[in-house]
Amino acid sequence: MASQDIAVKPFTDALFSGSSRNSRRNMGQFIRWALLFGGGILMIMPIVFMVSTSLKFPFEVYNLNLIPEEPTIENYTYVLEDGRFYRWFVNSLVISIITTASAVFFDALVGYALCKFKFPGRYLVFIAILSTLMIPTEMLVIPWYLMSKSFGWLDTYWGIMFPGVMTAFGTFLMKQFFETVPDDFLEAARIDGLNEFQIWWQVAMPLVRPALAALAIFVFLGNWTAFIWPLIVTNSVEMYTLPVGLSSFGDEVDVAWELIMTGAAISTLPTLVVFLIFQRFIIRGVVMAGLKG
Amino acid sequence: MRFYNNLTISQKQIVWAWIFLALPVLFYVVIRFYPTANAFVLSFQEWNLLGDRKYVGLENYAKLFSDPVFWKVFKNTFLYLILGTPVSLVLSFIIAYHLDKVRFMHGTIRALYFLPFMTSAVAMAWVWRWFYQPVPIGVFNNFLASFGIGQIEFLSSTTNALPSVLACAVWAGLGFQVIIFMAGLRAIPQSYYEAARIDGVSTWTVLSEITIPLLKPTIVFLVVFSSIGFLRIFDQVFNMTTNNPGGPLNSTKPLVLLIYDTAFNGFNMGYAAAQTVVLFTILLVVSLIQLRLLKDS
Repeated sequence: MASQDIAVKPFTDALFSGSSRNSRRNMGQFIRWALLFGGGILMIMPIVFMVSTSLKFPFEVYNLNLIPEEPTIENYTYVLEDGRFYRWFVNSLVISIITTASAVFFDALVGYALCKFKFPGRYLVFIAILSTLMIPTEMLVIPWYLMSKSFGWLDTYWGIMFPGVMTAFGTFLMKQFFETVPDDFLEAARIDGLNEFQIWWQVAMPLVRPALAALAIFVFLGNWTAFIWPLIVTNSVEMYTLPVGLSSFGDEVDVAWELIMTGAAISTLPTLVVFLIFQRFIIRGVVMAGLKG
Repeated sequence: MRFYNNLTISQKQIVWAWIFLALPVLFYVVIRFYPTANAFVLSFQEWNLLGDRKYVGLENYAKLFSDPVFWKVFKNTFLYLILGTPVSLVLSFIIAYHLDKVRFMHGTIRALYFLPFMTSAVAMAWVWRWFYQPVPIGVFNNFLASFGIGQIEFLSSTTNALPSVLACAVWAGLGFQVIIFMAGLRAIPQSYYEAARIDGVSTWTVLSEITIPLLKPTIVFLVVFSSIGFLRIFDQVFNMTTNNPGGPLNSTKPLVLLIYDTAFNGFNMGYAAAQTVVLFTILLVVSLIQLRLLKDS
């Protein structure tokens, strides 16, 4: 990307320059910028409204002012003291962290094995894993439900997590990235007397760290927002994840929109804050994962 | 250990490969392949979770194809697809194309478009549901009322409900598509544009002769990715119409919601499995057709 000085120039030119042809082009550039910026503001309006309403007293909810006249965190204390949201938050956090760690570990392990070991059946294993990408989750939820029921996994953390502990997409992504690790590095480590597991963990893994981060973001976000499977596999309020809890909560307090918006904010703000901190990094990760897929 | 040491290098590789793969292969067999087979088998059976599984041949499929609700749902599912995919693709391309040319506050504007992608579909479905409420609750209707425009029934009308739900889904996915398009645009070598400028080619020609053809891999990816997303829409519909999921009068019900209802409210496991097989077939056919069409042209 161009440096910031150059970046600002067309804009300042658009505002201050006089000459006719240039000014027409700069005017066009300014209109383009203004439309894009306006569109961007429109895009975040639902989020802004959500946050603003979660900070309002009930009597002010129907007032469309974006800045509450008397901001309050009462909705948050109310919702969190109720205990359920706190519990759902913890459930979602535990589940998302464990599945992310597990999926990144196993996807990288399998991706590496398929990329760097020569063994009979390698192609078959790769194609078999890739083919599972064609199977929609919706087709599997019924058998998974029956399986969970007979194994006593219904309404447990393990029941929510087991389908996601490995992902075919991640395996594919990691295999692509391990292709970029030169075999010479691995050979050198082999000569130094490391075993294959150590070579993978200590030599190859650090070299694909950006890909690991991209995958982790994808898996975490996917689990944090997952809805249909947690909805099916949980049945007690204590085991709900945030989305499932919010869905049931919304039904129950259909009139108290400020409380629903507070619940929505609690399930959304953590990912937004993480995004705002690691913006550049996350966008690069999304591009990497998106284009490799 | 002595046994291991006696192996040749390539034999050692085979041993290590299977040490790495043992657990994952078990996982894929038990958690992916067995359930897939099970879903197919179940689609030829009748079962309400309590009694025995009973083979009924093609009866579930026959029942499905003669069910008017299924055809309604089928139509809805394709409406989500044929409205959602082009709208989101065109919008995201226009945004990405112009955003690519903007330098001032580039990162900030990009973040504004991308933020919705980081939200949870359920949370945002509730926000949009609130927006769509009638006066005095709903934001949209309040806004319209302030200009003296009459109310619009967003979620309670059979004609407006589906597009209203879809708008939320398009909004949520737009940021991802913009980012992928921008990456695609960045990958086009600048020298092509310079050559075109020297030749004095118009902006439109550059767009249709250079930019779009070279973006084809990106477009193929996004078309397939977003159509699969729209064909599997569930979270938004379920949460925007919870008092009557898929309503009003099934006008927003997609296939996945029908599957969920049949299996977990009606406990018609075999019938629901048959519906999942239909979904699987649709997804397969749609992605194969799209890959074919876009690769040939």
